[in-house]
Amino acid sequence: MRALRSIFAALLLGGLAAAPTLAQEAPTPPQQQWSWEGPFGTFDLAAAQRGFQVYSEVCSACHSMKQLHYRDLAGIGLSLQEITAIAAAVTVPQGVDDQGQPKEGPATPGSQFRSPFPNEQAARAAENGALPPDLSVIVNGREGHADYIYAILTGFAAPPPTFTMQGGMNYNEYFPGHQIAMPQPLHDGQVAYTDGTPNTVAQMSHDVVTFMAWAANPELVERKQIGWRVVLFLVVMTGLTYAVKRKVWADVDH
Amino acid sequence: MAGQQHDSSFSNPVIQWIDTRLPIFTMMQKEYAIFPTPKNFNYFWNFGALAMVILGIMIATGVLLAMNYQPNTLLAFDSIQHIMRDVNYGWLIRYLHQNGASMFFIVTYIHMFRGLYYGSYKYPRELLWMLGVVILLVMMATAFMGYVLPWGQMSYWGATVITNLFSAFPGVGPPIVTWLWGGFSVDNPTLNRFFSLHYLLPFVLVAVIFLHVAALHIVGSNNPLGIDVKSPQDTVPFHPYYTAKDSVGICVFLLVYAAFVFFMPNALGDPNNFIPANPLQTPADIVPEWYFLPYYAILRSIPNKLAGVCLMFGSLLILFVLPWLDTSRVRSARFRPVYRQLIWVWVAAVIGLGVCGAHKPEGIWVVLSRVCTLYYFLHFLVILPVLGKLEHPLPLPDSISRPVIGGGGGPLPGGATAKPMEKA
Repeated sequence: MRALRSIFAALLLGGLAAAPTLAQEAPTPPQQQWSWEGPFGTFDLAAAQRGFQVYSEVCSACHSMKQLHYRDLAGIGLSLQEITAIAAAVTVPQGVDDQGQPKEGPATPGSQFRSPFPNEQAARAAENGALPPDLSVIVNGREGHADYIYAILTGFAAPPPTFTMQGGMNYNEYFPGHQIAMPQPLHDGQVAYTDGTPNTVAQMSHDVVTFMAWAANPELVERKQIGWRVVLFLVVMTGLTYAVKRKVWADVDH
Repeated sequence: MAGQQHDSSFSNPVIQWIDTRLPIFTMMQKEYAIFPTPKNFNYFWNFGALAMVILGIMIATGVLLAMNYQPNTLLAFDSIQHIMRDVNYGWLIRYLHQNGASMFFIVTYIHMFRGLYYGSYKYPRELLWMLGVVILLVMMATAFMGYVLPWGQMSYWGATVITNLFSAFPGVGPPIVTWLWGGFSVDNPTLNRFFSLHYLLPFVLVAVIFLHVAALHIVGSNNPLGIDVKSPQDTVPFHPYYTAKDSVGICVFLLVYAAFVFFMPNALGDPNNFIPANPLQTPADIVPEWYFLPYYAILRSIPNKLAGVCLMFGSLLILFVLPWLDTSRVRSARFRPVYRQLIWVWVAAVIGLGVCGAHKPEGIWVVLSRVCTLYYFLHFLVILPVLGKLEHPLPLPDSISRPVIGGGGGPLPGGATAKPMEKA
């Protein structure tokens, strides 16, 4: 049992090269301004829509977002017509046909987001052994949250001269251990925005992080709205019950 | 005679019909309306009621979650996301449950501190206190198993570390671990049984809490002065006096709870639990939820695994014998000048352990966690037995209504008590 466990541990250490949570020296990601922060913050929907464009054209080549359905895009302000059109342009698996053969067809608003690879093995085979993580809840799933994801997307650089890189790895200032399997995904001018927003790496990173933050917490705006009503109700209720308590206790010497 | 009917005092014919056959209304009236309660409670005495409220919320939200959750290693993580995204107000139910666990522990820890500070564990409330310790243990088991259910990285690795603690016991340890797992690692059988037990234990909790409250209603409540009730003037009926006061506490508590649920629902969680469980990838640092950190620090303060496990369980089990370790007959810390200081040192040690538990056991954190662990046990095993013999307590008041200095606290005006009045 113990021997088994140490073999296990050795395997783990070997597999950690691309682990996102490895606690090695990495600078704290700088704080950015995000529209959804604070008790009144909401998502910048224009940025989230541009972010969806960046995800569709760039990230989705390798990264799945399998917790999302196309219908969810109503949450970033797309109409049903737009969503139907977006879905129809994507081919997704649709179970099996009458002969028992796997079938594919155009997605509908009710379809899950298309995953780039059918399974982990296929992903690793195509990605030099690395597994691109699912992005559905990645903003919640990393220490530093949106700031960290933004720092990774903008943190690619040439390695310092003394730094030894492993084959196929890329240098990133903010990735724990500095060696990340993902090559720099965004370059200036890469995605053609239609609303005139400059398509710099910083802007595209900001937009796609906004989209991913929405994807991880689609309930955020409704949650805060309900929250304020609940808090206001409870403040009034606290005042009332305290007044009642004072009145009830007024005749007791305590 | 066909049997005797209970003599009911209710005038509503339906209530009377039931009450003469099954006197639950008479019982409620006796235990929750006219129940004589010391009139000098401070707001620390709200926390028992708060714990009942949060338990109710946990069971209600838990039942709803179980309707949509899949206890299967392949489906569990995704089913949580399904609840958060596709179930109507699923995010609200889940965040209430997730943060409710933390609230339950905050409330229970304050409730226990109240007991420690005002000596509520002393004669004649020893059994009441011991039932409370059972409640704490059942709560911890429930919370631990509940944390495994989302099947994130910290769920999986937390379950692996905690179940592996039992392997420290020589001989019987490893078979026990295999038996707990239902296999040779934390896997689907483990998740299945944890789900089953996570649903069962809250109802065990309800039963033990019933005994806890029943025992309370036999011996009566302690109070901030720690002296016995001497006359009816020392008490007020539970309703409306303490129903009103508890309502204030409940509203304030719900405000704090709502602040977490609606504005920072993941503040007390670990980002790693948003990553699906992966048996081939250990997180850099495996940390339990905040409410287990002090025990985790005790466990890791000792280089020997068996000794660490024994100390960790010992830190809880020692609470069972607390009523006999404390040799002082004076209950309230108000009248124990030295204990009143030292209890805060103990609280500082527990908080210190919590901080240590959140850090890797390296450098200063090892030293600090050892000092705090030592003090934790020193407090119970040496200070409390010795202090009771050496300390000179301050003079106790004659009664709750008549504090020792000044003659304040006259008789209650009419209508304030359900009991006939006596001359003070």
